[in-house]
Amino acid sequence: MAEPTRRDFLYIATGAAAVVGVGSVAWPLVSQMNPDASTLALASTEVDVSSIAEDSILTVKWRGKPVFVRHRTAKEIQEAQSVATASLIDPQSDQDRVKQSTLAGKARPEWLVVIGVCTHLGCVPLGHQGDYDGWFCPCHGSQYDPSGRVRRGPAPKNLEVPTYAFTADTKLTIG
Amino acid sequence: MTFRTHTLGWLTAAAASLLLSASLLSVPVSAQEGAHEQPTPARQSWTFAGPFGKFDRAQLQRGFQVYKEVCSNCHSLSIPFRTLAQPGGPEYSEAQIKALAASYKVKDGPNEAGEMFERAGRPSDNFPWAFANEQAAAAALGKSPPEMNLLAKARKYERGFPLFLIDPFIQYQELGPDYIYALLNGYSKADDPNYNDYYPGHKIAMGAPLSDGVVTYTDGSPQTLQQYAKDVASFLYWAAEPSMEARKKMGFRVMVFLIIFAGLLYFTKKKVWADVHGDAVTTH
Amino acid sequence: MSGPSTYVPKSALGRWFESRLPIGGLIHSSFVVYPTPKNLNYFWAFGGILSLMLVAQIITGVVLAMHYTPEATMAFSSVENIMRNVNYGWLLRYLHANGASMFFFAVYVHIFRGMFYGSYKAPREVLWILGVIIFLLMMATAFMGYVLPWGQMSFWGATVITNLFSALPGIGEPIVTWLWGGYSVDNPTLNRFFALHYLLPFMIVGVVILHVWALHVTGQNNPAGVEVKSVERDTVPFTPYATIKDAFAMVVFLILYSWFVFYVPNYLGDADNYIVANPLVTPAHIVPEWYFLPFYAILRSIPSKLGGVIAMFGSIAILAFLPWLDTSKIRSGRFRPLFQIFFFGFVIAAMGLGYLGSKPPEGAYVIAGRLLSVYYFAYFLVILPLLGLFETPRTLPATIADDVLAKGGSAILAGAAQAPSTKG
Repeated sequence: MAEPTRRDFLYIATGAAAVVGVGSVAWPLVSQMNPDASTLALASTEVDVSSIAEDSILTVKWRGKPVFVRHRTAKEIQEAQSVATASLIDPQSDQDRVKQSTLAGKARPEWLVVIGVCTHLGCVPLGHQGDYDGWFCPCHGSQYDPSGRVRRGPAPKNLEVPTYAFTADTKLTIG
Repeated sequence: MTFRTHTLGWLTAAAASLLLSASLLSVPVSAQEGAHEQPTPARQSWTFAGPFGKFDRAQLQRGFQVYKEVCSNCHSLSIPFRTLAQPGGPEYSEAQIKALAASYKVKDGPNEAGEMFERAGRPSDNFPWAFANEQAAAAALGKSPPEMNLLAKARKYERGFPLFLIDPFIQYQELGPDYIYALLNGYSKADDPNYNDYYPGHKIAMGAPLSDGVVTYTDGSPQTLQQYAKDVASFLYWAAEPSMEARKKMGFRVMVFLIIFAGLLYFTKKKVWADVHGDAVTTH
Repeated sequence: MSGPSTYVPKSALGRWFESRLPIGGLIHSSFVVYPTPKNLNYFWAFGGILSLMLVAQIITGVVLAMHYTPEATMAFSSVENIMRNVNYGWLLRYLHANGASMFFFAVYVHIFRGMFYGSYKAPREVLWILGVIIFLLMMATAFMGYVLPWGQMSFWGATVITNLFSALPGIGEPIVTWLWGGYSVDNPTLNRFFALHYLLPFMIVGVVILHVWALHVTGQNNPAGVEVKSVERDTVPFTPYATIKDAFAMVVFLILYSWFVFYVPNYLGDADNYIVANPLVTPAHIVPEWYFLPFYAILRSIPSKLGGVIAMFGSIAILAFLPWLDTSKIRSGRFRPLFQIFFFGFVIAAMGLGYLGSKPPEGAYVIAGRLLSVYYFAYFLVILPLLGLFETPRTLPATIADDVLAKGGSAILAGAAQAPSTKG
């Protein structure tokens, strides 16, 4: 009677070891597709914003994606702040979106920094276009306001705001 | 009976083959070693040798100091600063690496004006080289010095028969560091700075780069040529093989697993085959 | 792959599928009930080990190709990027590089096993020739793969080996230029070698399928070299008997493989290949990877360029004619006392040539290389044809079952004597 039990145990242990072995081999094969150490290390990009005139947008590359640095006019800021937040597709106040634009504790709402990738399917929207004069995505017609918030079209979310900081009056570090 | 003679045949053949190859092939080897050949570097004891070998962090940091203060004047080392903070290496802190990188000027660009510019280094940058390119180095030094990031794996010496057959079993992989150590200690002629015992042909373009006291250690290690050579050889081995510790660690786990698995399979195989002999198999 | 199957799936869905595509029956007949001679020794596990290595090389290779850049200025640094930055990149690269060596080690054991036990003899000639074709494809794949890291030995190995074709009178030079896509080994060469290095393993898979098909038509040879007379008495079903035995052998082989990958990953490689390719500086000794050394030694033993090339290719091509060069009626070398001596002489000659291939072609090395090359060819062209005519073989066992009984020794005989009633 003891014989079959021992045999079964041996078979189960061998089978389990085989499963563990195959699993351990599979992991490196999956993991190798994740960003490598050099990609992870490319953290930040520095931008000199002195050349960006009011009412213009500079596009810089960060982590392989476009980032829009927009020097907004007073009118744009005022309009962006006065929108009823609750009525938006992705409710967010303008103050919240530019809260990283500070230098020595002083807010600089004229600087909007957003990742230039439409939240619908990843196209790059065109600046100063569309009904809100923010951005207009040519792929499927999503419209963003000068705060980078989606106002119309299929995009579900506002343009993403990256981590950034002003390290000097004209020096912006993204990432 | 057939079985026994058969095994005997294999054994005699194996023994014969060993004897024959030893007698046939070792003769020309010894004949080869002429007087013009360089001596064989001595094997050093390295903390990173063997299946459980690990780098000595302090030694790597000293070796890096030697590289930074001496070697880097001529040699390039195209690895990013950040790797010096990686586990399994010198393991400087992130802050130390940031400060180290910032102490270098790195060429970047072009900027919006289309011009290349210099900026402070970041951890993700490679160590900059003292020369713009190989031609510039060759023009200044007479010969472009070899890139250092793989040097410890790109240098080897002849182990000869039969030692090379034993090396994989004793896991001797440190031929590069042994050669580098021997070379740095091999400037034997005071009147000829370009004569080296261990360099093939003895005429080396690099004059003795290290001597007692040229680098000031802060951890109390001896400031001797031997110590410098050992530290920098260790550092270069790490630079060439930064994943060595991870590799050996994983290797041990894999070995333990495979041996257990093989054991289980062996007994399973025995169980399965227990009822097989000269007669018909009745199971299955 | 051994003809129509009587396999009937248990489930209704399985039967529905089986009547439309009988893949279950194919697997069942090829890898489950397929009769395996019960006297096979562990040398017969190398076929399975080779399949494992082929799959391992394809998987690690496909993954490495995701990170590798086949461009002359970036190839070397992309390999370094794999080694330093890609997650587990060092593991994948060392697995692939050492995997090639393990693959060749296994294929040499497999070939020598076939040569000793006469596995090439009728009716297995086609099976053997398919094996020779696989071996050639492996060599081409390994050679082109070695070029990809674009180190010094990659570059100069590629230069030397492609230059072999320049020995052909008249058409040689244009062929070499065509192979290179230029006037030296350069970016176009690297690019096409990468494309072919990716393609050839799948061609190997195709020929391996034919090889296994041919094997399952004739059935396996076995150490006794006598054919299966009774499936009941002489064979066991492939599963579980051969499956578990092969699995054990594979894991033991993986221990060896892992030893190299984790502890001495650069032992089998050349230090010069950690120096980036430089078309202006040739390394002091151009040495191919160890698995090509015997053929390289034969190449260098002949003092004429064309002669050397012909001898080198001939030394591989001659394997395909082995079934007709060996005149002996006896299949297994176990029962051929004289053959055994010459066969082990051949193994020693091959290993000796391998050693000489790694040495500079001068002095005593050249003389030894010529002697061993002569023996290499004499084995096929003189010894095997004549030996079959003069040799007196030992007595063969009547059946495989008898062979097992003889081998098992007293223990099993005693066990059998104790329980005679179970064998009615």
